[in-house]
Amino acid sequence: MATQVAEKIALEITHRALGLSDDQVLEMYWAMLLARRLDERMWILHRPHLVAFHISGIGHEAAQVGAAFALKRGYDYAHPYYRDMATVLTLGMTPRDLMLALFGRQGEPSSNGRQMPSHFGSRALNIVSGSSPVATQIPQAAGIAFAIKYKKTDQVVLTCFGEGSTAEGDFHEGLNWAGIHTLPVIFLCQNNQYAISVPAAKQMAVPNVADRARAYGIPGVIVDGNDVLDVYGAMRDAVARARRGQGATLIEAKTYRPVPHSSDDDDRTYRSRAEVEEWKKRDPILRMQEYLTRVNLLNAQKIVESDARAKQVVDDADEFARNAPYPPAEAALGNVWGQVKS
Amino acid sequence: MATLTNIEAITRTLAEEMRRDPNIFITGEDVGVRGGVFRATKGLIEEFGESRVVDAPLAESSIVAVGIGAAVYGLRPVSEIQFADFIAPAFNQIVNEAAKMRYRSNGTWTCPLVMRAPYGGGISGGLYHSQSIEATYAHIPGLYVVAPATPYDIVGMLRHALRVDDPVLFLEHKKTYRLIKGEVPDTYYTIPFGKADVKRVGSDLTVIAYGLMLHHALDAAERVARDGISVEVIDPRTLNPLDKDTLLESVKKTGKALIIHEDNLTLGLGAEIAAIIASEAFEWLDAPVMRVAGPDIPAVPFSPPMQDFFMPNVDKIENAIRKLGAY
Repeated sequence: MATQVAEKIALEITHRALGLSDDQVLEMYWAMLLARRLDERMWILHRPHLVAFHISGIGHEAAQVGAAFALKRGYDYAHPYYRDMATVLTLGMTPRDLMLALFGRQGEPSSNGRQMPSHFGSRALNIVSGSSPVATQIPQAAGIAFAIKYKKTDQVVLTCFGEGSTAEGDFHEGLNWAGIHTLPVIFLCQNNQYAISVPAAKQMAVPNVADRARAYGIPGVIVDGNDVLDVYGAMRDAVARARRGQGATLIEAKTYRPVPHSSDDDDRTYRSRAEVEEWKKRDPILRMQEYLTRVNLLNAQKIVESDARAKQVVDDADEFARNAPYPPAEAALGNVWGQVKS
Repeated sequence: MATLTNIEAITRTLAEEMRRDPNIFITGEDVGVRGGVFRATKGLIEEFGESRVVDAPLAESSIVAVGIGAAVYGLRPVSEIQFADFIAPAFNQIVNEAAKMRYRSNGTWTCPLVMRAPYGGGISGGLYHSQSIEATYAHIPGLYVVAPATPYDIVGMLRHALRVDDPVLFLEHKKTYRLIKGEVPDTYYTIPFGKADVKRVGSDLTVIAYGLMLHHALDAAERVARDGISVEVIDPRTLNPLDKDTLLESVKKTGKALIIHEDNLTLGLGAEIAAIIASEAFEWLDAPVMRVAGPDIPAVPFSPPMQDFFMPNVDKIENAIRKLGAY
């Protein structure tokens, strides 16, 4: 009897029902928290122009951590976009890596300071280098998945983009390939409802990005993008399908960007403060804290402690990057062409 | 030693390389059961199956982008663009993605992708089946642009293309596909990129030409030889990066240079080659650098008199050689 009661309670604990241990769900929280505190520091560093540019993933942490957590790190592939800070942190990039990129310093692992910040890449972690034109990574992710199928491994690819990118031809072409060839790729749309200033209703005539999946013969799934466990559940199922050889899934994580598009944007020019404040109440970090408190994995004291720990890590990364040297000017000339071996 | 046409050189080399390297696969429009609209992939699906010879949906950006994704994973894709005229939708994927993959990742990610594209006019293809696109793409660092003109060069350079770890735009002049035949040795060889070839040795002036124009230039050189004008003909073969040394060496010897291309005149390859000669061989020049090129109109018109007006041919090249020779 007692065992049955315990099992019933366990099933009501969402993360356990999803097969996640208490430690794993706390690890998710830590990744989300660290991404948030790092991102906030980057905004602060931009204010006195200590850094030239920042593009933020604030508000997207649940969608990103929930998705990345379902991958085998360093085995599966990720082709992220510029908001994916929490994604790449979850996959193994470090706060120091990302701070080096922010300051454009020597040793920055994505590009050694060639790219603007948040253009992530890591060969060791199977994070494919990205560019700034949107949606180009989507048909490339289909190509990676094509190669995986060709080599008959059970890897999968995760590629991420905003809802604005789904207006691009490359979105259509990538999903079309994935559908035709039943490719092991998960297309994660982080729908934050704005393409810089343009609301989704002016980008598409369907209510949901997920509706578009039907046109390519793949499933389209909508999840609460501010609920890390909801995202994880859908992503876990999509990864399992892909590994079984059943093909691609389009996941639409409905979320919101409570900050401007980038450090060069002013979102007061295109949306009301009331709307932003309303969404802040649904902040994914707060939601996670509430959940973890409910299931007795977090309390007020632990929240304070983890915040202090995050601040320490962010301070270290900030300090480390600030004091790192710039790449020498002539480093601009290298790695245009490879060595020809014939 | 076998005698092959240009198209046979391509098909045979693709097959040989696919036997050698299981990571090579081909995709493009109609490349499978049809064997390509020019028959460049004829017989390949029968030998290698549809997993390695993949009929693509009609969408050029993804024909390149899927190749990029597969290339970064570690395969060696060959993406065929059916006509070079149709490559424009893939411009972003080629220029911003493939050509910058190595640079933007500081050498950690590479993109060994071969993009084959039939180009060029003189085949009644009108505005959209005749274009020469090389100048647009030769401007892009990180992207090899090659235009071999003979079976020997096609075999050696296609082999090389399938061994380098950077993207290659492999341009094939479609009029030469069945027009040009040549001997290809049975022994294995490759031709590295960035190496021009002296196709005819001469002493009075240097003609630089590639693709179909190389063959016209050789014919014109033969004609004027009867009147004692000795023309050296250089085929750059690789359009980016150019083999400056071979070009300059020839011009320093002859003192005169004539550049021929079918691509329109303004900001074409000839402009760059002329600038190289002007800045690095000025003291050796006995005459202004001259160019024969397509006119600065949007593309090759369909109607025969207008098409002929567009295309540089043996007569036009011969006239230019005589004019430069007499300078």
